[in-house]
Amino acid sequence: MAQIDQSKIRNFCIVAHIDHGKSTLADRIIEMTGLLTSREMQAQVLDNMELERERGITIKAQAVRTIYKAKDGEEYIFNLIDTPGHVDFNYEVSRSLAACDGAILVVDAAQGIEAQTLANVYLALDHNLEVFPVINKIDLPSAEPDRVKNEIEDVIGIEAQDAPLISAKNGIGIDDVLEAVVKKVPAPGGNPENPLQALIFDSIYDSYKGVIIFCRIMEGRVAKGTSIRMMATGATAEVVEVGYFGAGQFIACEELCAGMVGYITASIKNVKDTTVGDTVTDADNPCAEPLPGYKKVNSMVYCGVYPADGAKYPDLRDALEKLQLNDASLRYEPETSIALGFGFRCGFLGLLHLEIIQERLEREYNLDLVTTAPGVIYKVHTTKGEVIELTNPSNLPDPSEIEYMEEPVVSAEIMVTTEFIGSIMELCQERRGRYLGMEYMEETRALLKYELPLNEIIYDFFDALKSRSRGYASFDYELKGYEQSELVKLDILINKEEVDALSFIVHKDSAYERGRKMCEKLKDEIPRHLFEIPIQAAIGGKIIARETVKAMRKDVLAKCYGGDITRKKKLLEKQKEGKKRMRQIGSVEIPQKAFMSVLKLDDK
Amino acid sequence: MINKKAWDKMKKLSIYIHIPFCVRKCLYCDFLSAPADQEMMRRYVNALCREIIRKSSSYKEYIITTVFIGGGTPSILPGEWIEKIVRVVRENYQMETGCEISLEANPGTITSDKLEHWCRAGVNRLSIGLQSAKNNELEALGRIHSFEDFLCTYELIIKYRFNNINVDLMSAIPMQTLASWQETLKAVCSLNPLPVHISAYSLIVEENTPFYENPPKLPEEDEERNMYKITNDILSDLGYIQYEISNYAKSGYECRHNQVYWRRGNYLGFGLGAASMVENVRYSNIRKLGSYINLCESDLETMEKSSLNHLSKKEQMEEFMFLGLRMVKGVCEEEFYKVFGTAIEETYQGIVEDFCRKGLLKKEFCEETGEHRIMLTRYGIDVSNYVMAEFLLS
Repeated sequence: MAQIDQSKIRNFCIVAHIDHGKSTLADRIIEMTGLLTSREMQAQVLDNMELERERGITIKAQAVRTIYKAKDGEEYIFNLIDTPGHVDFNYEVSRSLAACDGAILVVDAAQGIEAQTLANVYLALDHNLEVFPVINKIDLPSAEPDRVKNEIEDVIGIEAQDAPLISAKNGIGIDDVLEAVVKKVPAPGGNPENPLQALIFDSIYDSYKGVIIFCRIMEGRVAKGTSIRMMATGATAEVVEVGYFGAGQFIACEELCAGMVGYITASIKNVKDTTVGDTVTDADNPCAEPLPGYKKVNSMVYCGVYPADGAKYPDLRDALEKLQLNDASLRYEPETSIALGFGFRCGFLGLLHLEIIQERLEREYNLDLVTTAPGVIYKVHTTKGEVIELTNPSNLPDPSEIEYMEEPVVSAEIMVTTEFIGSIMELCQERRGRYLGMEYMEETRALLKYELPLNEIIYDFFDALKSRSRGYASFDYELKGYEQSELVKLDILINKEEVDALSFIVHKDSAYERGRKMCEKLKDEIPRHLFEIPIQAAIGGKIIARETVKAMRKDVLAKCYGGDITRKKKLLEKQKEGKKRMRQIGSVEIPQKAFMSVLKLDDK
Repeated sequence: MINKKAWDKMKKLSIYIHIPFCVRKCLYCDFLSAPADQEMMRRYVNALCREIIRKSSSYKEYIITTVFIGGGTPSILPGEWIEKIVRVVRENYQMETGCEISLEANPGTITSDKLEHWCRAGVNRLSIGLQSAKNNELEALGRIHSFEDFLCTYELIIKYRFNNINVDLMSAIPMQTLASWQETLKAVCSLNPLPVHISAYSLIVEENTPFYENPPKLPEEDEERNMYKITNDILSDLGYIQYEISNYAKSGYECRHNQVYWRRGNYLGFGLGAASMVENVRYSNIRKLGSYINLCESDLETMEKSSLNHLSKKEQMEEFMFLGLRMVKGVCEEEFYKVFGTAIEETYQGIVEDFCRKGLLKKEFCEETGEHRIMLTRYGIDVSNYVMAEFLLS
């Protein structure tokens, strides 16, 4: 294979706020560079998972290599690395960025800069990427490209006057973007003769090839037969195949050299060995130091995951095992609940990650799940001087044994139009936020900075934010650390029986409110029984709220008309089906979704 | 004339005939019915008659025990058309002597002329949709008539010597109170002569009705339950016997046609969307008026293909239970065993016992007939859905 000229390689990514058109632009670039014809393109080639397509977000990083014949007559290799677009996956984003030399910043011509635009741009600039803006959706009636250009210059401080004006959806201005990639993204550096140093920016598990490492070669070269070592995990293996990314397929090649983006397979069995951010080196000729920036990712959010049908416990275990093959950030360990039986306490990067895993378990593995309210990791300092990392509220020691507790706190940035500042500040206040400051981006928009306890934002903060700003506010956060806090465990009693799976930890000032709302919510969720059911919220045995599900008085079918009994039977079937999706706690049947109801307490 | 012995041997069949037209759709109605012009109705009746004739050849060994003309508002049709429909049935099927022929009629659409034709047709049972004796409640339901209209109609019907009359009432409707429901019942019970049959349904707001889109304020649950309770109190004092969840009749005047449904007898449904069950096969006609008429005019099959269901034994057992339990006398254990070759207790292990313990079902032995029966208790009737759902298998 002919030596590839480094100066003809462009490694870049696209950064944008959600819905500003990142994936659509990626599709256009792939389409326009001739790798695929329009007919072959299923919309959004890069978002592979069914779930990603449905939700319109990128969950895992993806990469694709295309060839572009530029106006200067030369052919360039474009390696486009698509980055996950959600705050839950910030670390993955940072590693994908580190694999690039430049970034296209997509900004919506109507909406302008949003919180994630900023967060992502700063992340890109932090990695010394050459960032150039493009203004998308210029064909919208509400597009204001000039205002947005000025905004980009004022707020971010990068040149934007000659930013390509495009419509990714309608294929307008894509040529300009491709030319800009050639001109503005620097060619990669690195010396093929140095010892191997490759950055892992993603890895997936394939049942035939084993783990497939997605990497950017920073220095040196790698080929079939190279003994490689992952510097952080220490795993070693012999390379079976290297190659680059076609659209939706892997294309093997002889070797990967400094500056290139590609994949390595080496019959590695588990993605745990190839964690994102780790450095791959030649075991026989190692580099002196790993690449900077490696970090072990920690779960931020925990919840209990149980099979709806207790007999499916082994299936759930197998499914989690398989999912973990592909997702090193998923944690799980077995636990038992009095109410729900055998299940797992699972750790996630954030609520979106949780939802994705839950949906994949249900869809891909056909499992019916009951999940408990998600919580964060609390640090419990006991009187004996121990520190317990608490992921399951049921394991909270007796209050007499607790010296004090700590909870995780995040620094959050919320971008909002000025008219909603008041209501957003009020929301942050309600969520125990600590106001840090506010910056005006332009006359009508401001960036609010807050410190917020993580447990106040994992449930429904994002929804509340959207609803109180008519969808205009955007939000980004990062973990700041732990702080001491007055926390209590709120227990829920149904028909006088404590239901462990419904317990949660809450700040003592919000306990009454939460308890009351929880009881109200459960009252709506629990169907009437033949007897009256009290629902109580309690702290340490003291009842703080109560609701009652009245006894069922009437449940009769309507007229069975003209002998058409099919519809009536369907009604009965629905009723019976509903009953199946219930959990029997004592003599009370609780619908599965009730266990998640704590999530939706802020129904304003 | 068929002698009794031969009659006993013949297979029984009921006929339902659907008239999908009304003056105006009531706000709670989710039945297949809509206003239409005279020409459309004429074409429909002709199409209907062709369907009745077309199918008759398959039912030569059956004898018709009941005919029910329902809707919609069948009384909206000119009298001679009803006469024609019944005549077509008589000419093409074997009718049992004394066959029950019911017609649904609404106040405001009944005239002497129509009554004359119905008499001539041999209609021997009229079901009058009154719903309420309170004009404000009638209005809230979107009915086209007042209570006074009903009284005139009733008088007229009596003049034509109809004696097998049902009055339809509805509880738990907008504006209704316990007191007003009591007044409705009393008003019906002071009719002279008394109707021999009263249907008293509670309103269920069904999807795809105006009430579903814009829910009206309905009586509170406790009040509604009290309505249900006093219904039986008042009616039983006057000699009515509750024989089904929502039906009350003087002894011997129970609606034979409806009991065919609950006992899983054979019935053929003619007309738009009409449901049939013959020898454990269920199906319905298509629900599009234009297509129905076209198919009938070409003497083609009108069945909705997706509705065809050859009931499995399991489904038959389920139906036996949840339809049978609608009747106050419930289901017969010996009959279940005879039909399915297995005992109820065996098929529904523990369920009957559990419901008996909870006071929702009870068992009775009738020495006269030697039958063991399982039936809903009064409380069981209140929550009958809850009970019936458990009799679905798997």
